[in-house]
Amino acid sequence: MSQALKHSLSTEHRAKVQARGVNVYYGDKKALSGIGLDIPEHQVSALIGPSGCGKSTFLRCLNRMNDIIEGCRVEGAITIDGADIYAKDQDVVQLRARVGMVFQKPNPFPKSIYENVAYGPRIHGLAPGRKELDDLVRDSLERAGLMGEVHDRLDHPGTSLSGGQQQRLCIARAIAVKPELILMDEPCSALDPIATAKIEELIDELRTRFTIVIVTHSMQQAARVSQRTAFFHMGELVETGSTEQIFTNPKDDRTQAYITGRIG
Amino acid sequence: MTDSLANDIRLRRRYQAERRFRIYGITATASGLLFLGVMLVSILIIGHSAFRQSFIKLDVTFDPEVLQIGDKTDEESLRYAHFQGLIRVALREKFPEVTDRRELRELYALVSRGAADVLCEILIDDPGLMGQRHTYWLPASDDMDLFVKGEIKSSAPEIERQLSDRQIEWAERLTSDGLVDLRFNTAFFTTGDSREPELAGIWGAVKGSFYTLLVTLALSFPTGILAAIYLQEFAPKNPVTDLIEVNINNLAAVPSIVFGLLGLAVFLNFFHMPRSAPLVGGVVLALMTLPVIIIAARAALLAVPPSIREAALAVGATPMQTVFHHVAPLALPGMLTGAIIGMARALGETAPLLMIGMVAFIADIPQGVTDPATVLPVQIFLWADSPERAFMSKMAAGIMVLLGFLIAMNLIAVVLRHRFEQKW
Repeated sequence: MSQALKHSLSTEHRAKVQARGVNVYYGDKKALSGIGLDIPEHQVSALIGPSGCGKSTFLRCLNRMNDIIEGCRVEGAITIDGADIYAKDQDVVQLRARVGMVFQKPNPFPKSIYENVAYGPRIHGLAPGRKELDDLVRDSLERAGLMGEVHDRLDHPGTSLSGGQQQRLCIARAIAVKPELILMDEPCSALDPIATAKIEELIDELRTRFTIVIVTHSMQQAARVSQRTAFFHMGELVETGSTEQIFTNPKDDRTQAYITGRIG
Repeated sequence: MTDSLANDIRLRRRYQAERRFRIYGITATASGLLFLGVMLVSILIIGHSAFRQSFIKLDVTFDPEVLQIGDKTDEESLRYAHFQGLIRVALREKFPEVTDRRELRELYALVSRGAADVLCEILIDDPGLMGQRHTYWLPASDDMDLFVKGEIKSSAPEIERQLSDRQIEWAERLTSDGLVDLRFNTAFFTTGDSREPELAGIWGAVKGSFYTLLVTLALSFPTGILAAIYLQEFAPKNPVTDLIEVNINNLAAVPSIVFGLLGLAVFLNFFHMPRSAPLVGGVVLALMTLPVIIIAARAALLAVPPSIREAALAVGATPMQTVFHHVAPLALPGMLTGAIIGMARALGETAPLLMIGMVAFIADIPQGVTDPATVLPVQIFLWADSPERAFMSKMAAGIMVLLGFLIAMNLIAVVLRHRFEQKW
């Protein structure tokens, strides 16, 4: 962690994502109000907060996964590299190729391990030939730290892997599309501590190539993997800052109460 | 102490309730199986004799004089030749003592009218047989057949049986001379319907059912699956789609004869499509099957976990790619099962086909979807409605064939389900 901390202090990180005045409604219910948040490039940003505070909702705004929810409405501005992702001419499919996502429960396709990773590149036309696709799949599995475990059974179903391996397969599937941003929605909540440790290690390695936003229930996890932390409470962004500052010297009483276990 | 006693009693009651429930369940299952067994056994008892047919051995001379065709041997003249005469001559040779016209008529009635057609086919195949004498096994008439199978008893009073005392005497003589034989009834599986029970076959109805279901499948399967996919995965939720959904559910419950009336009014009277044709029957049954397929397919799509859709969308698949690459393949076994169950229902349907004229007596085997045809359940109904006793066993045999097809279709559904099923 100390190494990660040094890294975050030594370099200036420009904001990859900027959210300004974001309100989200589910029907009549307001789930998020007035969120303004910068997500720095090549860092891990953790979104923490009690259940139902809106952190997952905010995450799903970043790749417009909320679009598929009936009655969901997003107001305000979210930009990636300065371009509004809710603009009329923004193509959602292109956006999701730039912004990958890993879900709470591992959800590999019921296809082979190879097909799981090859699917994204294939539909986006990232690999012109068989050879290139093979290399891309192997490279992605390698980066996800799964190649050593599955190199001899790429044709086995992805669902035959253990929970932790499935989640790394999902990460491999996400990075195979070569996204700029990876969203992780409580990626370890269904995993045992050993599998969790592997994923956390992986997140730290992936940070050099990708910008990562992770929603987590575990404050320890936020402290271990992230450089920036944002604390959400009841649909509002209470406080944001460097992870060290949030956990050692929170400015807001609610943050203080949450990280010491009094609320949430 | 009292507490634990009360607890014991409560525990015992709970176990008693459990045992009672098991007994109810076993009783219900057993009585269901009993009824099914009684039904199947009674069908087997009535129907098994239809698979065998009596044949009588006769020495036939292909005499051009009896045939009344002079010296012509081309197929056209042979078709109109008097083959009935050859059989009469052969019978008179066997029973020279019979001379009275009425008695002769009774004697001739022992051999099926179809026997003449059999001889006709033989001679057409080999015109060189003209003038020669050969021995042939020819089909017996339905009453003779029933007597051979023991269903007409000579002990019954003459007035109550279809065969006279004289006929029974001749039949017994033929039997004791070894000139009567029960053989597998191939005609039942190769011919169409007939007024004569011993000539009636199921093949025409089987082909009629096949063509009808072909039309039904071709229309209702793609339409149903595409409608289900659109309604379940793409259609916006608004009053219009709600109305469509309610209507589809209601259509599935509409009595089938109403679809028949619709077919009569629209396809026959308005579009002037051919009557009694598998084409119209298939269209009507497709309308009837469509809601079943849509409902089953939507249920199958609904059962696909949303995480698969999210996974596909999150790697940048379009909604259509998500559905066709991931959701539909997972829902396929359920869709196929629904379609086959719908088709099985269509196979067993009679009422709507009555309205569009598929209930007519059709002896020819249909060669396409526009030829007049009947279908299996209608054929069974027609035979059940016929006065000749020998049609009883034909009816039961027809039911067996229908049940055989239904079981086969359900087996296909099970196999397809098993083959395409994927775990997630």
